[in-house]
Amino acid sequence: MLQPAITLSHVTKVFSTGTIALQDVSLTVGDGEFLSLVGPSGCGKSTILSLIAGLSLPTQGDLCWQIPEYRQELAFVFQDAALLPWSTVKENIRLPLKLAGISRAESDQLVDEAIELVGLTGFEKAFPRQLSGGMRMRASIARAIVTQPKVLLMDEPFGALDEITRNKLNEDVMQLWHQKRWTVIFVTHNIYEAVYLSTRVAVMGVNPGRIVDELQIDEPYPRSEAFRQSAQFGQYRHRLATALATGMGSVSIL
Amino acid sequence: MSRSRPMFPARRSLIQRIVSPDVLAPLGVGVLFLLAWDAFVQISGLPPYLLPRPGLVLQTLIDNWNELFASLMVTLQITVVAFLAAAISGVGISVLFTVNKWIERSLFPYAVILQTTPLVAIAPLIVIWLKENTFGALVLCAWIAAFFPVVANTTLGLNSVDRNLNNLFKLYNTNPWQRLIYLRLPSALPYFLGGLRISGGLSLIGAVVAEFVAGTGGAKSGIAYQILISSYNLQIPKMFAALLMVTSLGILIFIGLSALSDRLLRDWHESAIKPES
Repeated sequence: MLQPAITLSHVTKVFSTGTIALQDVSLTVGDGEFLSLVGPSGCGKSTILSLIAGLSLPTQGDLCWQIPEYRQELAFVFQDAALLPWSTVKENIRLPLKLAGISRAESDQLVDEAIELVGLTGFEKAFPRQLSGGMRMRASIARAIVTQPKVLLMDEPFGALDEITRNKLNEDVMQLWHQKRWTVIFVTHNIYEAVYLSTRVAVMGVNPGRIVDELQIDEPYPRSEAFRQSAQFGQYRHRLATALATGMGSVSIL
Repeated sequence: MSRSRPMFPARRSLIQRIVSPDVLAPLGVGVLFLLAWDAFVQISGLPPYLLPRPGLVLQTLIDNWNELFASLMVTLQITVVAFLAAAISGVGISVLFTVNKWIERSLFPYAVILQTTPLVAIAPLIVIWLKENTFGALVLCAWIAAFFPVVANTTLGLNSVDRNLNNLFKLYNTNPWQRLIYLRLPSALPYFLGGLRISGGLSLIGAVVAEFVAGTGGAKSGIAYQILISSYNLQIPKMFAALLMVTSLGILIFIGLSALSDRLLRDWHESAIKPES
């Protein structure tokens, strides 16, 4: 068992509109784990991320950082790339370092490394509007990892991309994670993606938002295309789909 | 990775831009209008003190160039000072508004009142109050006419920051100052420039209206004074010549500010991006 990094115990979140986003959610995120949160729209998976990021506070229950220093070493990747349109790729990636008061000379090397890691070399001077959706997302990931975070929160980062680009980025994210062993919490509504990437998948249900099932994916890294085609992959997928259907109540998704 | 299209499309040359329909179409309308005007005066036999022919206006402009140009420069001075004051104070006021909602709530209605009060009505008062400093009075009038679009637009821009970017900056533990410099001001730039384009014309109108009211004579009289005196003396061709100068100045200000806007936004904002054919 991994050392716990973040624990949520009996967390409930009610929005000011009265909507219950999360009800009595308990979840432990292990150090170095790749945890995916899968669920239909409105199940509160993004809410969990914003609670962990400190962008909002739980209405009830506790969120505890078991490794307190991780709290300051947090990075977020949003669903849309959220790049500054008036800055070049390089300046966008430099942003978190600049805001932390790190000089250009010092940040240059870190920025270049991050650009290389995500495969954007040669596009440093391009503006976001000149890039494809997939490349914008790469820039967004580079900006997140340039601070060398311990915890990486990803909110449906590839939701708006086509399948080919998504697969390529999944591959790259998995390689990066395998190399760096961050703690990743990855929100998605795509079961394939969740099984392929994660060490563990938590399935969420709606009305109210809650966790209905958790599934360990025991497959060594780096995972290959063969894993995607295997019978085992199909079994994991089936189990998740069943859990998702339970979480949706009487509505069938298959 | 291969690039399927050039990342930085070449800028069109000056000649290509001048020959474009954007320039030729309005130019054609202008020429047609002048021809119609000339023909109308010739056929109807109107005397020049009612409606001069375009050629006569041009001739008068050339004959009186030195005098009119000196007057125009006086007006331009007032316009530029008022415009700069409007731009700087406009941004300052907008930033103040966004620092605290209460400041905006309390002061914004008064900005609207200043904007909606007819300038011709209050200009005489301002000129009397500041009778020791006519230049200051004229600038103040032009500023009143010009500052509101900057304030209204920039305030809107400062409040239109993308929600994800806002969250991102919160996540980085930024202070309000950093958010202002690196996020809110750049987000507001297109709005601010839109406001400037309106304010440029308005500061000229404000300066001309104020001059009309002030009616200052002597060596430092502006172009409005020339228009006024010419019409009193029934020198209608000269009045038209002066009008032509004011209008041309207004057009130049607009073109200049549009070019500034395109230059500042050309890398990233939709308004300044040329469609690729």
